Amino acid sequence: MNGFTTLMRRELALSWGRGGGPLLALAFYLSIATLLPLAIGSEPGRLAAIAPGAAWIGLALASLLSLERLFERDYEDGALDLLALGPAPLELAAFAKCLAQWITTGAPLALLAPVAAIALGAAPSLAPVTFAAALIGGLGFSFCGGIGAALSLGARRGGVLIAVIVLPLFAPPVIFGGGAVAAYAAGLDWRTGLMLLGAYSLAMAALGPFAMAAACRNALS
Amino acid sequence: MIAALANPERFMRFSRWAAPLFGVIAVALGAVGLWLDFIAPPDYQQHYTVHIMFIHVPAAWMSLFVYGCLAGASFIGLVFRHSLADAAARAAAPLGAGFTFLALVTGSLWGKPTWGTWWVWDARLTSVLVLFLFYLGYLALQAAIDDEQRAARACAILALVGAINLPIVHFSVTWWNTLHQGSSVFRKGGPTMPPVYLEPLLILSLAYMAAFGALWLVRIRGEVWRKRANALALRAAG
Repeated sequence: MNGFTTLMRRELALSWGRGGGPLLALAFYLSIATLLPLAIGSEPGRLAAIAPGAAWIGLALASLLSLERLFERDYEDGALDLLALGPAPLELAAFAKCLAQWITTGAPLALLAPVAAIALGAAPSLAPVTFAAALIGGLGFSFCGGIGAALSLGARRGGVLIAVIVLPLFAPPVIFGGGAVAAYAAGLDWRTGLMLLGAYSLAMAALGPFAMAAACRNALS
Repeated sequence: MIAALANPERFMRFSRWAAPLFGVIAVALGAVGLWLDFIAPPDYQQHYTVHIMFIHVPAAWMSLFVYGCLAGASFIGLVFRHSLADAAARAAAPLGAGFTFLALVTGSLWGKPTWGTWWVWDARLTSVLVLFLFYLGYLALQAAIDDEQRAARACAILALVGAINLPIVHFSVTWWNTLHQGSSVFRKGGPTMPPVYLEPLLILSLAYMAAFGALWLVRIRGEVWRKRANALALRAAG
């Protein structure tokens, strides 16, 4: 456990050095939320209908943003070699990286998600479920995205590549999270969506590190 | 069978006659299936558009079958580090993307006269579209990594991640929405389709499968030759 806390402290400390921590993703999210009414039209009725879904898809896109640096920096400066040689398994290092990514980027984005949804015209009563879905889904986004980040190590145009690899795999969390919020808005059973979202995120957190470690070893070989 | 073919020499000898054989089988079955399709009576509801089914349904089946082959080859390549399995995975991916694209396009052409719309966001359509996007991501990853062996291993990891994820995608999309008719061939109590349609459909499916076998073998042979040519070029240069 000691190794894990050390890894976590390192990742959390480094995350502020990685392009200003969550600021970049938050600014990106705000920009999407700003452009949306400009494209759709500002009539409240039309915007309100799509607000929860738009807030949710913006979240999925914004959580892609800082993934490129997740392994890339350690790969470039050789820290990933040291992590691979160290006593802690590479799977644990990958787990710590994604967990730190969730804490430093996913959680601030989850705080912003209800704000964006309400600004777009969603009912304020949707705020708690939007926040909960964004927080739980962020865990899945972070671990699923981490797989893409690890796979595209050493590839050309890594950032776009991550998006192309990972976005099709984001379909389940987007469906479950969007479904939970929509069901809550319609007064239906919203717990099923949230539970399925939680199941997806936990499964990704459990299985993702193995794929990431395998991809990192492949990139280092 | 697979263990015996793991030897590249033996594989090349086998595929030399197996690939054309599969091709001939594909053409023969395709001709018979299309003939049975043409003489089949028009459907009482769908009229002549039912003929699209014979192109569409086998392509949709193949899109999943090829993914199964891709994942299997990736698993063998990743676990046993076999270069021929890597070549097989590399050769299968564009074919799978092609079948998926064919299924999407014919489905869209079929949807217009029967549903009145080119595209609906229904569960099966959406999950096939996600499968197509996933194939594209796989091909993009393959193209973006220069080192061939490293690219093959990264792609193999991605293929296995996809093998776990695609059923979840399918389940989630089904949970989300459904309009596409259920399967009328694979269901409890036997197929509900009349034999006059079922027979050409199954024959054409076998034709598709044989065509895939032929193209796959040819592409794997191409991969093996390309590797040999690269090795020869390196030796000549150095």
